[in-house]
Amino acid sequence: MPLYRDDAIVLRTQKLGEADRIVTLLTREQGKVRAVAKGVRRTSSRFGARLEPFMVVDVQLHTGRSLDTVTQVETVGPYARPICEDYGLYTAGAAMLEAADRLVEAEREPAVQQYWLLAGALRALAQRAHAPALVLDSYLLRAFAVAGWAPSFTDCARCGEPGPHHSFSVATGGAVCSRCRPPGSPAPAPETFTLLAALLTGDWDAADSSDERHRKEASGLVAAYTQYHLERTLRSLRHVDRTPVATVAPPPAPTTPAPTRREA
Amino acid sequence: MYEGAVQDLIDELGRLPGVGPKSAQRIAFHLLAADATDVRRLVDALTEVKARVRFCEVCGNVAESERCRICADPRRSDEVVCVVEEPKDVVAIERTREFRGKYHVLGGAINPIENVGPDDLRVKELMSRLADGVVQEVILATDPNVEGEATATYLARLIGPMGVTVSRLASGLPVGGDLEYADEVTLGRAFEGRRVVGR
Repeated sequence: MPLYRDDAIVLRTQKLGEADRIVTLLTREQGKVRAVAKGVRRTSSRFGARLEPFMVVDVQLHTGRSLDTVTQVETVGPYARPICEDYGLYTAGAAMLEAADRLVEAEREPAVQQYWLLAGALRALAQRAHAPALVLDSYLLRAFAVAGWAPSFTDCARCGEPGPHHSFSVATGGAVCSRCRPPGSPAPAPETFTLLAALLTGDWDAADSSDERHRKEASGLVAAYTQYHLERTLRSLRHVDRTPVATVAPPPAPTTPAPTRREA
Repeated sequence: MYEGAVQDLIDELGRLPGVGPKSAQRIAFHLLAADATDVRRLVDALTEVKARVRFCEVCGNVAESERCRICADPRRSDEVVCVVEEPKDVVAIERTREFRGKYHVLGGAINPIENVGPDDLRVKELMSRLADGVVQEVILATDPNVEGEATATYLARLIGPMGVTVSRLASGLPVGGDLEYADEVTLGRAFEGRRVVGR
């Protein structure tokens, strides 16, 4: 397979040499792929602008011995610009990209669900459909569920006793009943449990109408859950700008022209 | 593997950016074969740069005294400050001969994935410079990539309420290029930032 083509989300970029970059891509069919994009840091580059983090692209790659080489790129979802225009969106989006990079550890192992989940979350972020912190927390919970660490927010995570319950245990996997409750488990507000369940299932009407206090508490629990299951802190989580958004802005009109197929 | 000093030199050269093991070996053997005075000159230059060069206390650019050449120049305007990521960006803008104000070097761009937040950059120093009311305009000249744009967004949000004009460098078509080869992101920005040339 010397040349192949796939849809991909740009997770991160690193400088390489004078004008090149190594791009980490989450592709739809090949899973995580690291590739060299030659000359993209030059202002004359014909696809440098398309290989920025948050961009969803249709990419053609040439298989290499250790790293593949990017040969053509077309824009599918130009999310980088709308996300960068709002600091809250940018910091939330960066945490999502880092989480995806960590959750899909092995390269070239298909992770189709993770791809679609991240693509959808970036689109929601770029369209300002919901508060950025809610999109981030929802993405993290659902990404963990896809990865096999689905939390439970109603039934007891250990014995399965139907809820609602009052305690939360990160190590056990969510809500715990009074019998299974490990010592020192926090007891979040019932509304926080409702919000977390809404974020996990994608019930946006319930999530959007939640209070700031419960959002903050839910974010703390999601961060603890993330740290526990990844066994390391997501570095970008501490930079997330959680300035409350008074009103959710309507989706902006697209500013980027529709992508056109063009040789790179 | 070579013995002793030769291997040490290869290892040290190999730690430099863009220098791989093969290049490090080539440079090491070039230095071994070179004249002793040439090598001494290189050693002196390295020692001098570490001993004499420091960062300007006003703008953060590289300098050989407390203030850099630009901050110490009375002919340059104090009313306009151009914010850049790195000292090398100052050199790039100086080459244009278009800008007669002063600079502020942030020391990087906000990049949460690399654990670089606003507190890791010279943002507080910039806000202190703006506090006395002399500066009338801040030009945000961070790189036109995701990290640079996000840093510009953050600074604009911070500086805006202070009543100082905040502008961003224009993005668009490179001079000497063909329009048909421009990517849609760059071309879109060129359209957005178009200027009136007649009525």
